[in-house]
Amino acid sequence: MIPRIDIRLLLPVLSLALLLAAVFWLQPRAMSYLGLNLLFNLAVPVALATVAQMIVIMVGDIDLSMGAFVSFVACVTATLVVDTPALGYLALVAAILGYAALGALIQARRLPAIVVTLGMSFAWGGLAVLLLPSPGGSAPGWLRALMTAKPPLVPMAVLASVAIALVTHLVVMRSAFGVLLRGLGGNERSLGKAGWSPVLLRAAAYGLAGIFAVLAGMTLVGLSTAADANIALRYTLLSIAGVILGGGEFTGGRVSPVGAVVGALTLTLAGSFLSFLRLSPDWQIGAQGAILIVVLAARLLFARRRAR
Amino acid sequence: MTALLDRPWIWAWLAAIAAFAATAAIGQSQGIAGLLVAALTFSAFTTLVGLGQMFVITLGPGNIDLSIPATMTLAATLSLKFMGGAGALALPGFALALAIGLGAGLANYALIWLLRIPPIIATLAASFVYQSLAIWSNRGLRIKPPEILSDAMLGRTLGLPNVAYVALLLCGLAWVVLERARFGREVTAIGQNPRAARRVGIPVERVRCATYVLCAALAALAGFLLACFSGGAALNMGQEYLLSSIAVVVIGGSSIGGGRSNVPGVPAGALFLFLVVSMLNSYGLGAGVRLLLTGIIIVGIVALGARPRTAE
Repeated sequence: MIPRIDIRLLLPVLSLALLLAAVFWLQPRAMSYLGLNLLFNLAVPVALATVAQMIVIMVGDIDLSMGAFVSFVACVTATLVVDTPALGYLALVAAILGYAALGALIQARRLPAIVVTLGMSFAWGGLAVLLLPSPGGSAPGWLRALMTAKPPLVPMAVLASVAIALVTHLVVMRSAFGVLLRGLGGNERSLGKAGWSPVLLRAAAYGLAGIFAVLAGMTLVGLSTAADANIALRYTLLSIAGVILGGGEFTGGRVSPVGAVVGALTLTLAGSFLSFLRLSPDWQIGAQGAILIVVLAARLLFARRRAR
Repeated sequence: MTALLDRPWIWAWLAAIAAFAATAAIGQSQGIAGLLVAALTFSAFTTLVGLGQMFVITLGPGNIDLSIPATMTLAATLSLKFMGGAGALALPGFALALAIGLGAGLANYALIWLLRIPPIIATLAASFVYQSLAIWSNRGLRIKPPEILSDAMLGRTLGLPNVAYVALLLCGLAWVVLERARFGREVTAIGQNPRAARRVGIPVERVRCATYVLCAALAALAGFLLACFSGGAALNMGQEYLLSSIAVVVIGGSSIGGGRSNVPGVPAGALFLFLVVSMLNSYGLGAGVRLLLTGIIIVGIVALGARPRTAE
């Protein structure tokens, strides 16, 4: 039996393949274990943050505090988790519960998620500064070992990205829990009529997003071996862009977990591509924006063709 | 009195006054007059970008301009570079800043319309490009504004900062446009029901285009004035205005869902935001606690303020 190929996934995968081919063409030496590892090195935390953002977008909201939260988690990981592990892990669990509580608050009082998460980005930023007033800290040994591990044949970053995509796909697309969460973004009222509490469901969605965001912060410290309060601020925009690149839509709970991970990889690769082109790093952010625009334009063309 | 209490913006003004009293009561080095001048100065910039964001938000759900910080930075860097500190080029430089705003607004809308993508994504993607342009043209240099402009921005008239008069004037204009002019009524109508607005013959797309251009032009103006005020453009100068431009609209009592906005709330929200931070400052709290409390206060206000709107 041939699995049906999701058209929604085709475009993100194509863009990644195209970009990767361009990189290999410019720099054939990148076509190696070491080269791939360098290219995708920073992809793991970006992919995890993108998945977290995707879950929030899936339930019809948008999280503008993602960067601040991931930075906060990085600060916790680089300080508390190293110095007093028990307290550190407790803090991370509390942060996830805090995220779930935000989801409940947003649903219960019908608050605009954009404003609540914008406000929370201050709060997470404040907590991060309290923990780590100046850049520093260190990575927990096991985390550093995990992120710098060199598995045979396939680089760690690629392996981890595949694992993230797979796990998220199973949770979001295949489990009953995932169906409920997607339903929350699609038709909240009918879920309520079926006897599900929207407050609990939104709390669960935010909690799940919180888990992935915490993992993003931890893996980031594992790679960078230190943290500061602003380490991941650009993740807010990167994660939203990744979800959209991966075929996600803002309405109706229509998202693609595999697409989101592919989108995150594409954005990470865009940076490397530019440095191979010998373009100045000034243009890196701009090129990410341009790639986003080009992919969206391509998606529009695809959609038109299908509509015909 | 009850009519006044029914105004959606009254709570923002009361909150701003309370924050002012709480800060002034501690008695700080700059005194009450100094606090007032500082508050009026800094909230003036927030008010300018807040007004633009308010018009965009009025258009309805999903309409938010995330490119405000990048537009501010781009307009400021390019116009200051063009003037190169020469006072004779002050007016052309000002015109250039506004033209950049105009261009950014048109580009934003072109993306929204051509690619049929949510404004959040369109303005986000565009802001990446603007930011890169600013980085590329700036190259870490800090070009001073012409003296005549920085003097004008730092100066005071009748004891109050000149920037505050600019903000006041624009608030007045914005009020007339929103409440009395055809354009403002059309923006509100689109926010309340886009389908009905189209049915009654409102040129919806043209109005949306004009709104995004207006927002970007105000952002460019704010960026230009801020750069003249602070002695040069910096690449991160717009950063804090992403959040505050949205926050002041909501704190001011406008509906984030669109269709129901008010102008008086915007300066009140801007004053409140500045005063909360300076209040926490004057209590001797560190940067961390200050940020944390600011966040909690914003979320708290939004959570408390949400009830009457849903009760309707």
